[in-house]
Amino acid sequence: MPSFVILEKCDGCKGQDKTACMYICPNDLMVLNKETMKAWNRAPEMCWECYNCVKICPQQAIDVRGYADFVPMGASCVPLRGSEDIMWTVKFRNGMLKRFKFPIRKTQEGTAVPDGGYGEVTTDLASQCLYNEPDALKLKELPTLKK
Amino acid sequence: MANFENVEVTTDILLCGGGMAACGAAVEAAYWASKNGLKVTLVDKAAMDRSGAVAMGLSAINQYVDINSGANTVEDYVRYVRNDLMGIAREDLVYDIARHVDSSVHLFEKWGLPIWLDAEGKYVHEGRWQLMINGESYKVIVAEAAKNALAKYGHEYFERVFITDPLMDGDRVAGAVGFSTRENKFYVFKAKSVLAAMGGAVHVFKPRSTGEGLGRAWYPPWNSGSSLYFTLIAGAEQTCQEVRFIPVRFKDGYGPVGAWFLLFKSRATNAFGGEYMVERKDELAKWGEYGKVKPIPANLRNYLGMLDEFEGKGPIYMRTEEAIQKIANALKDDPKAYKKKMKELEAEAWEDFLDMTISQAILWAGTNVQPEEKSSEIAASEPYFIGSHSGASGAWVSGPKDLAPKEYFWGYEYMSTVKGLFCAGDASGASSHKFSSGSHAEGRAAGKAMVRFVVENNTQPKVDAANVEAMKKKILTPLDLFVEFGGKSSDPNINHEFMKPKMFMFRLQKIMDEYAAGVTSGFKTNKAKLERALELLNWLKEDSAKLAAEDLHELMRCHENIQRMYQAEVHVRTILFREETRWPGYYFRNDFPAIDEANWKVFVNATYKDGAWEMKKVPVLSIVN
Repeated sequence: MPSFVILEKCDGCKGQDKTACMYICPNDLMVLNKETMKAWNRAPEMCWECYNCVKICPQQAIDVRGYADFVPMGASCVPLRGSEDIMWTVKFRNGMLKRFKFPIRKTQEGTAVPDGGYGEVTTDLASQCLYNEPDALKLKELPTLKK
Repeated sequence: MANFENVEVTTDILLCGGGMAACGAAVEAAYWASKNGLKVTLVDKAAMDRSGAVAMGLSAINQYVDINSGANTVEDYVRYVRNDLMGIAREDLVYDIARHVDSSVHLFEKWGLPIWLDAEGKYVHEGRWQLMINGESYKVIVAEAAKNALAKYGHEYFERVFITDPLMDGDRVAGAVGFSTRENKFYVFKAKSVLAAMGGAVHVFKPRSTGEGLGRAWYPPWNSGSSLYFTLIAGAEQTCQEVRFIPVRFKDGYGPVGAWFLLFKSRATNAFGGEYMVERKDELAKWGEYGKVKPIPANLRNYLGMLDEFEGKGPIYMRTEEAIQKIANALKDDPKAYKKKMKELEAEAWEDFLDMTISQAILWAGTNVQPEEKSSEIAASEPYFIGSHSGASGAWVSGPKDLAPKEYFWGYEYMSTVKGLFCAGDASGASSHKFSSGSHAEGRAAGKAMVRFVVENNTQPKVDAANVEAMKKKILTPLDLFVEFGGKSSDPNINHEFMKPKMFMFRLQKIMDEYAAGVTSGFKTNKAKLERALELLNWLKEDSAKLAAEDLHELMRCHENIQRMYQAEVHVRTILFREETRWPGYYFRNDFPAIDEANWKVFVNATYKDGAWEMKKVPVLSIVN
């Protein structure tokens, strides 16, 4: 269905002002029912199946069921996203299981330095070079037209 | 009127959007603004970590020129893009993005993005311009650097604020207004310069899947034409609004085909085993010099496959099993190495989907497809507006001083024809094939130019308070309509007084699909059909005043669909104006079925002012031979 919430596992992010899935959904689909304290996807037909709610849920309470209008039932892709890699468990309609692990980043979360360590190379606002160029290009100068 | 608190934010540089282009702009503008005592404010309708077209991740970086190694020159890239777009490209812009893009990629790597490396430590290329990445967290990493840059220099960003309209002071942009999608707050951003980087447009045309799968567009469904609407309403000239993009992708799931065609060298064959790229080679001669170039332009490749479909020769299959076997067979004398290679190829094939189109992996699993054993169907999707990919729609912007012909230069790179209003990513036109990395690089270049603009034009434009109140009233009207009439009928969605945004969207999609060369009309249209589309769109425009919303989410949907409606109209008007068929695999004018280099090797630009449209031809000026 796109993404859906497993009621048994969802704890409404323990009554905080917003749930993790509400915070992350790029299409503003996840909402918290404040009476039941369970989140839900308000418009499954507008879901891109980007899995961002699935990946961020601290309770692993969100799953995806492939779009019912073209995907035969019985399959699933379940991610487990860590700080360095992501593990996927793919279950086929016929029961076959496959597992894959891929890297996701090489630095510690939060440590991206805006200039990438290239520093302030160009300080002239009128120059065509951006502030860490040409070094960040690994060139001696910015290419331009030979007139 | 609904009771909304006004939140006023006064800033120097306002970045509207949070995707690749806006994140690039944030990194660069934050630095230059701080050096010049200016403030930067970024506004995103979602959460920056996962907003924009790269929200899910990507499995490749499609633009890396590799200038440093000497493999390619910037001029090579310009020729490639010019040919792919059938001669219609702003070479100065393509050149500028291409000369900056490698530094964006090098920054991504420093920030932590895993780029595939070969045994010698060199980037693994998918194709000549493409790099393979482990890109699940691509957007998270790029957003992190942008947020760190804003924080480092004391700038700010807002999430979950949806921008609707520009604020104007005569012919200069003065800011933007919008509303929070979380609480009853109306935002008024006053700025000296504004960047439109709010993406392209999806769901303007009826998609192939209309049930639950409605959301499974190739490009994300939250891209609703915000950039086009914002810049058009500000009075900015638009270009290439006829150049939609129709990607051929794995059928239904819309999984990427780049790795299969370029890295794995797969063939695509029809139901009879025929290969349209071979059997229909002669067709290319009808499309002028562009039919002779390598690589064959994306729209011509599309077209050859479509001809097979039109003749009932589908399905078209991506021959994954054949491609994988061919690669592994090189090791068939060494069973251990063969097995290892097969395992490796299998993981690569699955990662390609799991990194960026997980739905396609579910579809494979749901249909028991193991790509090393079985082919999968590919098909042409519905049309999208995405100036960063192989479409070209967007605003007409100034080129850089050292590259642009004088006709294309008015002081500041990436500034539209509206003073102070800059564009990047899908918002700027005629500079296709910038993709994720080039959009970031373009955003950086625009970010720097914005600071220079503000330094040289350092006055706060005037904002008329009464006008802001009138805009607020109009923007919130859908909530009022629902309150007034929603309770008066047995079905809160059905009455004579209003319509809900979802049905409004379906009405738009049906018009576009049937009259403006959508999927069910075989991507074909003509003058009479387009004129009928305009007639129907005009009634839709009148009815847009009757959109109703139950809550903030629906209020956003109302305005998203108004944005889509303008995207539709500018598209129809532009394909109507251009009396030829230049991109046959994107759309076909049956009344002008051939390319006409003598009369139409020009840009078509459109402007919308005071309710009137102006269409014109603009010469294509080349800077690279």
